[in-house]
Amino acid sequence: MLQFSFWDILSNLLIATQWTIVLSLIAFFCGGIVGLVLLFMRTSRIAPLEWFTKIYIEFFQGTPLLMQLFLFFFGIALFGVEVSPWMAATLALTFWTSAFLTEIWRGCVEAIPKGQWEASSSLALSYIEQMRYVILPQASRIAVAPTVGFSVQVIKGTALASIIGFVELTKAGTMLNNATFRPFLVYSLVALIYFCLCFPLSWWAKKIEGRLNVAR
Amino acid sequence: MSLVSIRDVRKSFGPNEVLKGVSLDIAKGDAVAIIGRSGSGKSTLLRCINGLETYQSGSIVADGIEVAGANTNLRELRRHVGMVFQQFNLFPHLTAAENVMLAPTVVNKVSKAEARATAAEVLAKVGLSEKMDAYPSELSGGQQQRVAIARSLAMRPKVLLCDEITSALDPELVNEVLRVVEQLAREGMTLILVTHEMRFARDVGTKLVFMHHGKVHEEGAPKEVFAAPRTPELQQFVGQVG
Amino acid sequence: MSYKLQFAELLPYWNVLLYGLVFTIVLTIVSTVVGIAVGTAGAAARTFGPGWLGRIVAVYVELIRNTPFIVQLFFIFFGLPALGLKLSETTAAFLAMVINLGAYSTEIIRAGIEAVPKGHIEAGLSLAMSKWEVLRHIVLNQAFRKIYPALSSQIIIVMLGSAVVSQISAEDLTYAANYIASRNFRNFEVYLLVALAYLLLAMLTRSLLRALGRVIFKAR
Repeated sequence: MLQFSFWDILSNLLIATQWTIVLSLIAFFCGGIVGLVLLFMRTSRIAPLEWFTKIYIEFFQGTPLLMQLFLFFFGIALFGVEVSPWMAATLALTFWTSAFLTEIWRGCVEAIPKGQWEASSSLALSYIEQMRYVILPQASRIAVAPTVGFSVQVIKGTALASIIGFVELTKAGTMLNNATFRPFLVYSLVALIYFCLCFPLSWWAKKIEGRLNVAR
Repeated sequence: MSLVSIRDVRKSFGPNEVLKGVSLDIAKGDAVAIIGRSGSGKSTLLRCINGLETYQSGSIVADGIEVAGANTNLRELRRHVGMVFQQFNLFPHLTAAENVMLAPTVVNKVSKAEARATAAEVLAKVGLSEKMDAYPSELSGGQQQRVAIARSLAMRPKVLLCDEITSALDPELVNEVLRVVEQLAREGMTLILVTHEMRFARDVGTKLVFMHHGKVHEEGAPKEVFAAPRTPELQQFVGQVG
Repeated sequence: MSYKLQFAELLPYWNVLLYGLVFTIVLTIVSTVVGIAVGTAGAAARTFGPGWLGRIVAVYVELIRNTPFIVQLFFIFFGLPALGLKLSETTAAFLAMVINLGAYSTEIIRAGIEAVPKGHIEAGLSLAMSKWEVLRHIVLNQAFRKIYPALSSQIIIVMLGSAVVSQISAEDLTYAANYIASRNFRNFEVYLLVALAYLLLAMLTRSLLRALGRVIFKAR
């Protein structure tokens, strides 16, 4: 039987951590782009667009991320397309992230006083122009803290990709545990690595939020 | 013997000394009005008397209890020393009567029925019998402050500290609160009031204290002090405010 | 699409699904009640307790909030037995849920406590109430009123997150789905149905909590 030293375990976990980071980054950025589009639709005051986003958000916020992963994994296969865990995880996490970011950002947009909308529309700006030049520059200031805060949820969310067989940090932990039978050590290390990824972001989010409160 | 005795009290917030050796004696039945500019230390002095602030040196004895540091039996002290705040600080989740009943039931373990009877009595005293079951948000500022006074009275304090209790009120609501305080003074309640109401200080107070730069700058009978301020600082202050 | 969805093949398994559904509901209710109790104690310790206790609670909160629930679950179920603490799947699931919600609710309730105006605390103190009496009678009520919506959202998030307990074979709704899928291979149908069940559960929980909030905080 292969012997695993502490450093073997740690280095294997760190290699897998790269995939956690890559998956997090893709989910966060693609989710951000989709979320931005949804934000425009959600605040457009065009009924069908608003309804679509509402149902979309309700679904992705109201069902477990794990179910969403399963649905993408098995759902795409129905179209006769070969699905890799990688693809299913990327898609599910992107859509899941976009739903939450849309809601967070909508809150920030709604925090901007009505007068800003009225003033800019009285200057003959179109809806897109209002958003682009007046509302979003102000809303983005207050959106930074909760957005950074949510990135922590995305990193933690990628852990579920392990369940559909994508080898990232958590899956690597499970595999190493099966090989070494040292669950306490392995899962402590896994938790510690997640903590090192997430805590700086949490801390940063809290710091920005605090600074914003003082500024107001 | 004085009911509240303050001896050479010093207090600093960091490098900033706000009380620079304050001494004051308050007898039973006194209505002491403390006046002075903002930042002169008058509110801090008041907060030291019931232990909301600690001080570094000197001594305060209130109703026989030495107010000093961590060993003070604050609970016992505060049962005898009531306080009314500038911002009313009514508990928003409780009705007027419940605000008044809270401390008697929790601290003195009085029965609900008995506490409610007391509440009815003290709320009548401040002229709010018909508002017993109103929530603070349903009351005007003046009414809220009167409930706050009643809330303190329900503990039957020996001394009542009033920290600028009319400063947060709209001008037309000030008098209804002052009338209640005036009545208390007439009934012989010992009062220590930090106030900006000069006329009230003169007409109702039995003693006037002018604080300046963390010290008692001048004190005496209100009418005399106002008629003939001895120090230029008080002259100037009276000239500005009055 | 050549594939035909066949929900009828799920019918024979209705009792499995029902069992899972009940398990998920009970798991959510118990961990909500106990978790909020833990959170209240934690928040009280952080705001009104001694400094050393507050720091311990802060470490607990940050450790939980910055690691995935599934890792916490695996640590409890697979890791703790190495220390001699062997837990059943069900116990481990409940424990992990309570610990998780306990940390989040500590943070939420603490924010509520800190939002109570300092003057209210001073008013309570100057009425001769002790620190703990002030906390109990004046602070907590106001704090809970303020953070009730945030706490409600967190309960729903935790309920949805509980799907993960299926991974240690705790027999919740997701476990039922996995079980059925392994029998009849109608993966997509099963997961779609169960996803909708969760959605319904989330919406129901939200309305229920809102109604409950109206009853509890009816004053004013």
